Amino acid sequence: MGSTSAENNGTGDNGTTGVGRRALIKRSAALGLISVPTMSFLSACASGGGDDDSGENEGKTSESNPFGVKEGSKLDVVIFKGGYGDAYAKAWEADFKKKWGVSSVHTGTQEITGKLQPRFNAGNPPDIVDDSGAQQIPIDVLAKNGQLLDLAEVLDAPSADDPDTKVRDTLIPGTLDAGMQEGKVVALNYIYTVWGLWYSGKLFEEKGWEAPKTWDDFLAICKDAKADGIGGLAHQGKYPYYINVAIMDLIAKKGGLDAMKAIDNLDPKAFVGSDAATEAIEAVYEVVEKGYLMPGTNGLTHTESQTRWNQYKAAFITSGSWIENEQLKTTPADFDMKFLPMPLLPDSALPFEAIRAGSGEPFIIPSKAKNLPAAKEFMRMMLSKKWSTIFAKEANSLTILKDGVDPSVQLRPGTQSTVEASKAAGDNTFRFLYTEWYSEMGTAIENASNELMAKRIQPKEWLKRAQAAVDKQAKDPASKKNRRD
Amino acid sequence: MRKGQHRFVAGFLLFPVALYLIFVIWPYIQTFGYSLTDWKGQSQTFDFVGLDNYTALFEDDIFMGAIWHNILFLVFIPVITILLALFFAFMLNAGGRGRSGGVAGVAGSKYYRVIYFFPQVLSLAILAVLFGAVYRSDGGGMLNGALIKLGLVDRDSPVEWLNEPNFVLWALIAVVVWHGVGFYLVLFSAAMQSIPRDIYEAALIDGASRTQSFFRITLPLLWDSVQTAWVYLGIAAMDMFILVSTMTAGDYGGGPDHHSEVMSTVMMRNFLLYGRSGYACAMGVVMLLLTLIVSVVMLRATRRERIEF
Repeated sequence: MGSTSAENNGTGDNGTTGVGRRALIKRSAALGLISVPTMSFLSACASGGGDDDSGENEGKTSESNPFGVKEGSKLDVVIFKGGYGDAYAKAWEADFKKKWGVSSVHTGTQEITGKLQPRFNAGNPPDIVDDSGAQQIPIDVLAKNGQLLDLAEVLDAPSADDPDTKVRDTLIPGTLDAGMQEGKVVALNYIYTVWGLWYSGKLFEEKGWEAPKTWDDFLAICKDAKADGIGGLAHQGKYPYYINVAIMDLIAKKGGLDAMKAIDNLDPKAFVGSDAATEAIEAVYEVVEKGYLMPGTNGLTHTESQTRWNQYKAAFITSGSWIENEQLKTTPADFDMKFLPMPLLPDSALPFEAIRAGSGEPFIIPSKAKNLPAAKEFMRMMLSKKWSTIFAKEANSLTILKDGVDPSVQLRPGTQSTVEASKAAGDNTFRFLYTEWYSEMGTAIENASNELMAKRIQPKEWLKRAQAAVDKQAKDPASKKNRRD
Repeated sequence: MRKGQHRFVAGFLLFPVALYLIFVIWPYIQTFGYSLTDWKGQSQTFDFVGLDNYTALFEDDIFMGAIWHNILFLVFIPVITILLALFFAFMLNAGGRGRSGGVAGVAGSKYYRVIYFFPQVLSLAILAVLFGAVYRSDGGGMLNGALIKLGLVDRDSPVEWLNEPNFVLWALIAVVVWHGVGFYLVLFSAAMQSIPRDIYEAALIDGASRTQSFFRITLPLLWDSVQTAWVYLGIAAMDMFILVSTMTAGDYGGGPDHHSEVMSTVMMRNFLLYGRSGYACAMGVVMLLLTLIVSVVMLRATRRERIEF
């Protein structure tokens, strides 16, 4: 749709996209389809809504009010009410009202798609959305439909804490990447996340194990664990996303950033013909073959497998840093949850400390939001120290704001260990983007991993299937627009 | 009809027919319209692509596999459910020993009737959770737990019921049958009770065995109900979305590696996750057509002469 400013929404609809629709109507009318009335009805909604309200919600801009928030206007906020709850958002909204006199309509839900797809199609989306969870609307799909505001304006505005710094420069480097679609940041992935393995400090102390730094040490602990009657590695088998994190991390650490970019850039040798990929997948398969997986883990959901791990039924589990908050209720008080960067294969390009780090929980501003000024301001305030601290307190997690948490907040052991791991990693962080860009390719590779973990295919076949998924995606002309250097 | 009566009838029908047109027929037409476009699902901008989506469908191995799974369900779910329901219904109504000369069900049939109906009371979502626990892939699962205790399964390699290409469809069929038998049992029981007792008694006097009276009397007189059951179960087998999407692996289910995929799960994944909504609409149209064909074929194939009594 292309139009990003509020004023253009109405005309943009009739101008650029009108042609396509009109042509379609003509053709479908010729075919005897009577789909015309609804479509013109829907577009009437879309353009009508945009025209009336954008002016209404526009206030005067000033240095402290860069977007022109208008007092007394309303902000429509939709929050994914999952592992992090939505108490943090309510606290934000209260603060927002106090500061700007803008009251909000709050919706906390898990059914993002069910609630929002009709609204996006009718052209009256909310003003700001936390588009996450199992029923999120994929960001790549929304972006392809032209529904997302380019967030550059917010990111280039002065920070709420320091008027001399741009918002962009107050964030942990690299955390905006996950929200990039076709070269623009269209989603703000708000939560700082690290991915890797997790273990119980208590269990390791009891058994006298050291956190392994190499793959061989890792296998040795798995062997010990098996001898003691517990599983080595647990994973959330019903959702192969998780084991893929381990496989891809091994590839990136072994082959370096080039091996990772080859996958994201749909290289014809991303998997087949890549030594890093071959060694990584063989290493993971070794775990399967030697029987070091927690029995039955291939069929368990995330809750089931993580709970088993909390009951000391496995030494390691794969996950991102949301696991601590997700497992709050089942984690024993003395469990001492600890994060572990992926152990190294021999002759790896990246050091052991290197971690997959980035951001999750995408917040978006729909391009057709009615109260764009307030939505932008809301996002700017999300990236203030005050709101970031509110989030850490209510949701036990770090945000992408540098030093964004007030020292008075006591972090839980798992989160504390990720803070230390991030410090140790320094600039040695990496992050795959194909999952964000190509939902279909991601799913195909996950399926192959599921088969590998169940021993139904061998590493060679896995490489072939992963490469086939890459090659198929590369054929889609839209994939030319995504590229990382 | 007398003049004016038509208008009178039409007056009453207007409202329900309008509802039907707006909420059933109109969405079908819209779906068909969208299926000829490259609609991406989250905005009203799209182009007309003709029948491209339909030609792509027939080259889509995953969707074709899904159709085969639906056909498998279509064959086995109705057959197993109806056979079991008929057997139980017969036992409850006419399977008992002939006490005091009459025809009666097995002892305690009143209680069985209620107990068999229990599963039907559960919603599909609860059913999915319940059987998730039954089929759970580690020692904590009901089946695995029992098999491990009996020493039939190794503790270190439990059966991953829903993660086994060879088991997953049968595991799902078992759930549907368990859920459905009670309902059709009640349906058949009601029909059996309307069969006059004297027919059975006459057969009994003539020396008919239980099997004979079932095949010669009960089944022919129940045919209408069986036919209805067949169509209902057939339509359910063409859907299966809730169970497959919640119980099996993958987004919207269908795992492992598409081995339990049904048409509706492929459709939802394309519609929402991949943003190929126009393509998904084409799948919806194909599903509609197949379901219609199945219903018509089943009604035709089971048509028989009606016996008046």
